[in-house]
Amino acid sequence: MPAQKQSFEKALSRLEEIAEKLESGDLPLEESLKIFKEGIELSRWCSQVLNQTESELKKLVKLEGKKFKLEPLDLESENEAE
Amino acid sequence: MEQYTSQVKIYTVWELTQEIKSTLEQTFPALWVEGEISNLSQPFSGHVYFTLKDESAQIRCVLWRNIAEYLPFQIEDGQHVIVLAKLSVYEKQGQYQLYVEDLHPVGIGKLELAFQQLKEKLYNEGLFDERHKQPIPKFPQRIGIVTSPTGAAIRDILKITRRRFPAVELILRPVRVQGEGAAEEIVQAIAEFNQFRVVDVLIVGRGGGSLEDLWAFNEEKVARAIFVSRIPIVSAVGHEIDFTIVDFVADLRAPTPSAAVEMILPDRKELAKEIRNVSRRLVSAQHSLIDSYRQRLKSVLTSYGLKRPADILLQNRQRLDELIRQISIAAANLLQHAQQKFSTSVGRLNALSPLAVLERGYSVCYKLPEKKIVKIASSLKLKDELEVLLWKGKVHSQVTAIYPE
Repeated sequence: MPAQKQSFEKALSRLEEIAEKLESGDLPLEESLKIFKEGIELSRWCSQVLNQTESELKKLVKLEGKKFKLEPLDLESENEAE
Repeated sequence: MEQYTSQVKIYTVWELTQEIKSTLEQTFPALWVEGEISNLSQPFSGHVYFTLKDESAQIRCVLWRNIAEYLPFQIEDGQHVIVLAKLSVYEKQGQYQLYVEDLHPVGIGKLELAFQQLKEKLYNEGLFDERHKQPIPKFPQRIGIVTSPTGAAIRDILKITRRRFPAVELILRPVRVQGEGAAEEIVQAIAEFNQFRVVDVLIVGRGGGSLEDLWAFNEEKVARAIFVSRIPIVSAVGHEIDFTIVDFVADLRAPTPSAAVEMILPDRKELAKEIRNVSRRLVSAQHSLIDSYRQRLKSVLTSYGLKRPADILLQNRQRLDELIRQISIAAANLLQHAQQKFSTSVGRLNALSPLAVLERGYSVCYKLPEKKIVKIASSLKLKDELEVLLWKGKVHSQVTAIYPE
């Protein structure tokens, strides 16, 4: 999975919000099914994010004018270049 | 007077001054002098003039700008210093003075002094105030790093990130972290991150080293760059015991680069536990919700409220049947009654008809010619002509006898 497409923070707080809503028990059935599904999807997504094992390392490179780019960075090759 | 002048060498002021100067310079090649600074003046030229003194004597000193610029600390009146200097003469004023090549504070390192001075200055300016500290985001997605690409810091940061919360992007802006120009590069890197706004938080730092090695992180320009950064900055310089100016001005101080990552990133194991908990809550809440709906449905289905409409329907149907039956009866009665009434009427009509009376043998007698019904015998005379109406047919007759009563 690439970098987080949505914020983990938002996903987690929405998940908690959904749990609280469901626990309050005063939702129409249809609404509860809808947010239950959303909650399950969020929890799956969060777990996926947590299970990611590799961190992406990039280098900030300033270009002409006000532009910049992010280059993949390999620490080993940086060391050899030294 | 005349004779003296012919025997004795007479110096010009300049010649004598030159003599003194060369004597002084040769006698005292380079020397270390300890004393206290007073009468400090630093005109616009950038050269520094002061007097070095102790309890009983004083000597003028000059510090040229090109040397003064490289002193990390500020020279101040009252400072106790040792100077490395050459003794010479300022010819114009006939004044011997020390030309200072280097200057060290006494009882404290140069850099320590510089550190203390800058710390005090920036503190007084409010750069370290809590109110300027920006909050560190709880779940950063991109972390900017200002450090050397070859140092231990970036390796440690990468390692801890992979362990703690790998789903982040690390973006390095490589800089030199020590030596000439390091401070400028760090300032530039912080500025670029602020310009491009690609990260949520910045780590600025390097691994451990001597005070000299860490010096870039004690420079005023670096401190000011961190102060104006709109991206929150975590300082991570050296080892736990090392404190730099950057640590005071940063939004958060981490004792080491590894610790910086631990302070910034949440622990994924903790988070996984939390997610599991919330998911469990989610499922059990949904179960009990559905259960409660099932219960409600059940109780609603068996409730009087729901049964009532069916009941009403049945009752109405029955009532309807009843009404239909009643109406039928009524209608039948009505009909029968009408028929009865009709036959009665017909009967009565029959009974009243004179023809019916005639049928039973009666006859009607009219007196002619007026054709008046005769009811009383005495109203007739002999020879009156009569018409007698029978059930079938009539006869014409004449009165031949009258018998009244």
